[in-house]
Amino acid sequence: MSARDQILGAVRRSLKRAAGDGAEETVSARLAEHPRGPVPARAQLPHKEQVALFQEQAEAVQTTVDRLADLSEVPKAVSAYLSSQNLPQSLRVAPDGRLGALPWQAEAPLLEVSTGPARSDDATSLTPVFAAVAETGTLMLRSGPESPVTLNFLPETHIAVVFASQIVGSYEDAWQRFREAGNDSRLPRTVNFITGPSRTGDIEQTILFGAHGPKRLHLLLIDDVP
Amino acid sequence: MDSTAHAFKDNAHKALGDDQLQEALGNLRHGFTQRRAQARDQLPEFDALRDAARDIKNHTLAHLDLYLERYESKVSEQGGKVHWCATAEDARRTILDICRSVDAKLVTKGKSMVAEEIGLNDYLEANGVTPAETDLGEYIIQLRNEPPSHIIAPAVHLTKAQVEADFRKNHSELPPERSLVEPEALVQEARTMLRQKYLDADVGITGANFLIAETGSSIIVTNEGNGDLTQCLPKVHIVIASLEKVVPTLEDVSIILRVLARSGTGQEFTAYTTFSTGPKREGDLDGPDEYHVVLLDNGRSAMLGSEYQDVLRCIRCGACMNHCPVYHAVGGHAYGWVYPGPIGAVLTPSLIGVEEAGHLPNASTFCGRCEAVCPMRIPLPKMMRHWREKEFERNLTPTAARSGLKLWAFFAKRPALYAMLNRFNARLLRALGGRKGSLRSLPLASGWTDHRDFPAPQGKSFQELWAKRQNGSGATPRTPGA
Ligand code: SF4
Repeated sequence: MSARDQILGAVRRSLKRAAGDGAEETVSARLAEHPRGPVPARAQLPHKEQVALFQEQAEAVQTTVDRLADLSEVPKAVSAYLSSQNLPQSLRVAPDGRLGALPWQAEAPLLEVSTGPARSDDATSLTPVFAAVAETGTLMLRSGPESPVTLNFLPETHIAVVFASQIVGSYEDAWQRFREAGNDSRLPRTVNFITGPSRTGDIEQTILFGAHGPKRLHLLLIDDVP
Repeated sequence: MDSTAHAFKDNAHKALGDDQLQEALGNLRHGFTQRRAQARDQLPEFDALRDAARDIKNHTLAHLDLYLERYESKVSEQGGKVHWCATAEDARRTILDICRSVDAKLVTKGKSMVAEEIGLNDYLEANGVTPAETDLGEYIIQLRNEPPSHIIAPAVHLTKAQVEADFRKNHSELPPERSLVEPEALVQEARTMLRQKYLDADVGITGANFLIAETGSSIIVTNEGNGDLTQCLPKVHIVIASLEKVVPTLEDVSIILRVLARSGTGQEFTAYTTFSTGPKREGDLDGPDEYHVVLLDNGRSAMLGSEYQDVLRCIRCGACMNHCPVYHAVGGHAYGWVYPGPIGAVLTPSLIGVEEAGHLPNASTFCGRCEAVCPMRIPLPKMMRHWREKEFERNLTPTAARSGLKLWAFFAKRPALYAMLNRFNARLLRALGGRKGSLRSLPLASGWTDHRDFPAPQGKSFQELWAKRQNGSGATPRTPGA
């Protein structure tokens, strides 16, 4: 008998469930309908308040947020942020159409911009996000050719572009967007929920940043909702 | 991992006399408890979410075979492979075979309690594959050749001075005159030392906090990002997970995630929650070429349908040990095997046998705090009682403890009397404890307080304080475990 049959057989014997008891249907229905449980009231707000809550929650976990009126302001904002933190003017940008098409040369001539997955010596990355969750100030990123995962973890500084229209209330709302975007239950290789920069409490419970992932997480929040 | 659970009393005795350990534990006693209380108070739905989380897991466990089948077929659909392993030995061998299939020399590892359970590191090492732990706490204890002492804070038993000494000893290639006074310097040094390992590793091994039947995904929940670098850089990603990690849907896991970090570290959410599904896809510019899930039984299937089934709801948040007076007093190593604290006292006898671990269920004051804080509402004290009764029936209990147990069982069956006695005891113990605030013998339980110094309760009993705190904070009055 295969290990698989042996283990499943042992589980069935322990559960003492009879065949034809409707369990199959129960399971199929739950997977197909994926019902929601209780969603915190704090996540169920008008959109404007969700945006404010998102920013507040993100800042509470040491994410920094810069609000911009328009996407075209991103190159200038990146360059200014790097100067303010005394970081090198060098940026690894995700191969995302909208980010690639920005007027980097014209608006941030000092910034050295390259595109692709992160290399071990890239200091700062710029990525898109798929959604952002207000309840805990969380970003949701999905891997794909336009959003390599290494950009979220290798560089010491991660900058992400978030549109206000991408902000939802709860994790469930984010998954709903994901399903509605035609993904249904098919996930890409990686979905990252990111809430603040990398941290550790492993030395005497003191919280320290940049344990392995980014030391800084900076958001450029575009106010695209009138 | 070899067990010293049978020697709990000796281990505990040593722990109580270990000044460095006691200093390190001092940080634990308040930090986690306060932060959890804060996180709880900030989310009015917290207890409703705990109920929902419990129900989700109960439903899943009652249909575990079916959810595992669905999970497996989703993993395959997405290009991954599930390896079913009945025993620790099967799992070790399966992982080694995968490593050998790509001629791996170096593997990086994210934190995994199941990997500790099967003793993976020693096995890989003995077979020519070098495992490199990447979680900072795990990295530190690997340097010291020690097991973790806590399920979410593996190096919580160490002081900063000890970590500094270990780094100086092991990172001998770095200039000896460098300053490591600031804890940031230690983190930076570990970051630098591990960076190259991530890039050089042939295989990355992570655990899983959850498996999702709906999508075939595995989830890791971390703060450092080490698990992510471990799984996105090497060519092969191996996930090691035990059967009971499966939950039905993305919506279900959203509920449980809301109570996990809040209960454990007291964060609203950890920095990184990562859903991994299969290997990299066409067009992806990074990610592993292979994705394997080593699915381990190792005693779980036998716990289903038994009086210990509820413990399979555990999400390894650590809250029960963070709030346990016995854990606070002796730390995690005294428990002698992988899982310390109240969860260990219940789980360890199930996994390695009551002969070896029969003492652990006695490592309790039955104060009920563990159950009161457990996000999955696992009745831990009740299960410890089951084990004690079993141990008693098997005649494994020393005579002294046996009569204590008899007495204890008498009171336990009479809740009102027990509550009264508890209150009485708090006062009595305080009087006995004298000025030092600790005592060496506890009425009714001398069989085991002979071997440890027990902190004398300050003021009212826990139940009284708890009820008061609940009222004082304006929340609904609640008894522990209600
Ligand atoms: S038993 Fe409960 S409190 Fe303890 S680790 Fe498991 S889920 Fe957390």
